[in-house]
Amino acid sequence: MTNLVFLVPLFPLLGFLINGLFRKQLSKPAIGVIGCGALLASFVVSVMLFANQLHAPKLASGTYPSTSVLFSFINISSFKIQFAFLVDALSSLFLLIITGIGFLIHVYSTSYMHDEPTEHYGRYFAYLNLFVFSMLLLVLGGNYVIMFIGWEGVGLCSYLLIGFWFKNNNYSNAAKKAFVMNRIGDLGFLLAVFWLLAKVGTVEYSEVFTRVSQLSKVDIGAITLLLFVGAAGKSAQIPLYTWLPDAMAGPTPVSALIHAATMVTAGIYMIARSNVLYSLAPCTQHIVAIIGLATALFAATIAIKQNDIKKVLAYSTVSQLGYMFLGLGVGAYTGAVFHVMTHAFFKALLFLGAGSVIHAMHHEQDIRKMGGLRKKLRVTHFTFLMGCLAISGIPPFSGFFSKDEILAAAYAHSPIYWGIGVVTAGLTAFYMFRLYATTFLGTFRGTHDQEHHLHESPKAMTIPLIILAILSVIGGAVGVPEILWGDHHLHSFLSGSITTEQAHHIEHSTEYLLMGVSVAIAALAILFAVNRFSKKPELEEATGLGKVLQNKWYVDEIYDAVIVNPLLKLADVLKNIIEKSGIDGIVNGVGRFVHYASRQLRLLQSGLVGSYILVIVLSIVVLFLVFWNQTIILQFVQKIF
Amino acid sequence: MPIQYYITLAACLFCIGIVGVLVRRNAIIIFMCIELMLNAVNLLLVAFSKMYHGAAFAHDATSTTGIDGQLFVFFIMVVAAAEVSVGLAVIVMMYRNVHSVDVNFLNRLKN
Repeated sequence: MTNLVFLVPLFPLLGFLINGLFRKQLSKPAIGVIGCGALLASFVVSVMLFANQLHAPKLASGTYPSTSVLFSFINISSFKIQFAFLVDALSSLFLLIITGIGFLIHVYSTSYMHDEPTEHYGRYFAYLNLFVFSMLLLVLGGNYVIMFIGWEGVGLCSYLLIGFWFKNNNYSNAAKKAFVMNRIGDLGFLLAVFWLLAKVGTVEYSEVFTRVSQLSKVDIGAITLLLFVGAAGKSAQIPLYTWLPDAMAGPTPVSALIHAATMVTAGIYMIARSNVLYSLAPCTQHIVAIIGLATALFAATIAIKQNDIKKVLAYSTVSQLGYMFLGLGVGAYTGAVFHVMTHAFFKALLFLGAGSVIHAMHHEQDIRKMGGLRKKLRVTHFTFLMGCLAISGIPPFSGFFSKDEILAAAYAHSPIYWGIGVVTAGLTAFYMFRLYATTFLGTFRGTHDQEHHLHESPKAMTIPLIILAILSVIGGAVGVPEILWGDHHLHSFLSGSITTEQAHHIEHSTEYLLMGVSVAIAALAILFAVNRFSKKPELEEATGLGKVLQNKWYVDEIYDAVIVNPLLKLADVLKNIIEKSGIDGIVNGVGRFVHYASRQLRLLQSGLVGSYILVIVLSIVVLFLVFWNQTIILQFVQKIF
Repeated sequence: MPIQYYITLAACLFCIGIVGVLVRRNAIIIFMCIELMLNAVNLLLVAFSKMYHGAAFAHDATSTTGIDGQLFVFFIMVVAAAEVSVGLAVIVMMYRNVHSVDVNFLNRLKN
């Protein structure tokens, strides 16, 4: 069964090749069928692999499932890197998320992108398939090098997709920003891999994790920190998060794919995969937890004041990723992976729902110009509400269980972590329902023309919404904790891959209390938000703190002032002074000198025979003297040297 | 008669030729000066030839060593005659066109 694993990334790769190469010949339905079909095929194989994992005998702690080697990738005497795929509980779960949600997003895209010209339609699906292929490679890779290939692949695809409408300068700039910021993080990842190679001599997961005792404390600390730099870039954590909101420039389904199923979850996956290393580096864990917590709170405050429907969701993703890092930092790896899963459900749902709204509003994204869409877009409205409830952590929706698991683990670590986490949860509920209330409740505030054309989206868009809504509602069932009369299926399933979970022991009564508090805060925030925004949306300009929040704490401006502008200035100096007067000066100077010298030499060519002969005669006389006095000159020269 | 006399005479002739070529503008005079230089060289060739031939002859009556120089004189004369025939043709053509044999007049060819 495991030897079928190569099929999973193969299908999207084939889809990419076919759609990419024949995008001009194929018709739109054919492109859609190929693009979606590739994902569906991968999904079927993934389900088979997953089922296989469910029934696989649990491996004893400290041993790792064997990898299926496709070919030898780098082979230099004793140093070998195999092109190997590792299928275990963790990767098979991610496979399901990526291919399953990816498939729904593909189906949705066939309708959302329908107005594009055929050529761009094909290009779009080719990129999407390549994106999924890269992510699958990242997740399936049996060592850090293969993971890095996928890692770079998703970076490239995000660049291509964010800048999909490349004729718009702003969109291309957003793509470049995402690309550059990711490269900064990738440097950290790459250094970590080289460090591992230098110290352990191998990058295979199984060998690295069993030979981890060879590493000193400093090595582990440095490697994990560098890996985290990579994760922070990919998963948009402070200080490398500003690319993610700008990534909204791409088509909406792409946002859904980036934010929910691929790309940004790569960092979580990488750290969960390296849990053995991280558990041995408490210092790094603290940093991960603090950065995650800070990002969660920071992004949530920004989300409160955003007016672009997709930007709110983008900052919400940054915030939720912060939660996941908090979970990783306090050693609750399962909790983090669980939150990745539930988040993938409801965030994909919310983005696709937002896409449906934008579709209906003829590409209007400002929520201040919406309102009252509840009656016109019934399916979108209902599914969106489910997503909002799930992300706000209202029981028994899926987000409640995963978020609560992380919060409980944070509490066991430090009550302060928990406090900030709960405040963030309250903010999350608030801004999600601000978004919901402003968009769907109240009265319509758009133009008359828009109101006339309001319509529910076609089936290809609503059916994925419905499926995702169902998943968002019931998805938490796999991780119902024991104190709520469940047994944590996900925990026992992942125990093979995540071997170093830090147990958190808190009293049952405390745990009930914690749950109660977080649910109460979320519920209050929802009530307040619905009350406040359903009738009278904020149309006036924000002032004071609100203005600062609306401008995202001016972080982009600070980055511009501190990093971007000095670099541009330096480039200006290099270009105008070093390049133009320095290097160009030398090059042109040589040319000008030759030109000048030849003009002077031309004066000798007077055409006067007499002067020519005079020169000849004088030269002969000089030569004559030279040869006459040869010995004297030679002696003279010898004396000098 | 010592060889130095011949050398001195040849040098004088040669210098007169050079100075003539340098200072005169009339193409025909320049030609004559060139002939003068050639003849200075011829004189030297004959003189050296005679000197060595005489030395060799005293040694061995059948020897022909040293007459090469005299042969060269004939070659030079032939070449000089050829040169003059070409040069005179050029000068005649030049005179026909510009009614002058001033060589400096020709420097307008440089443009």
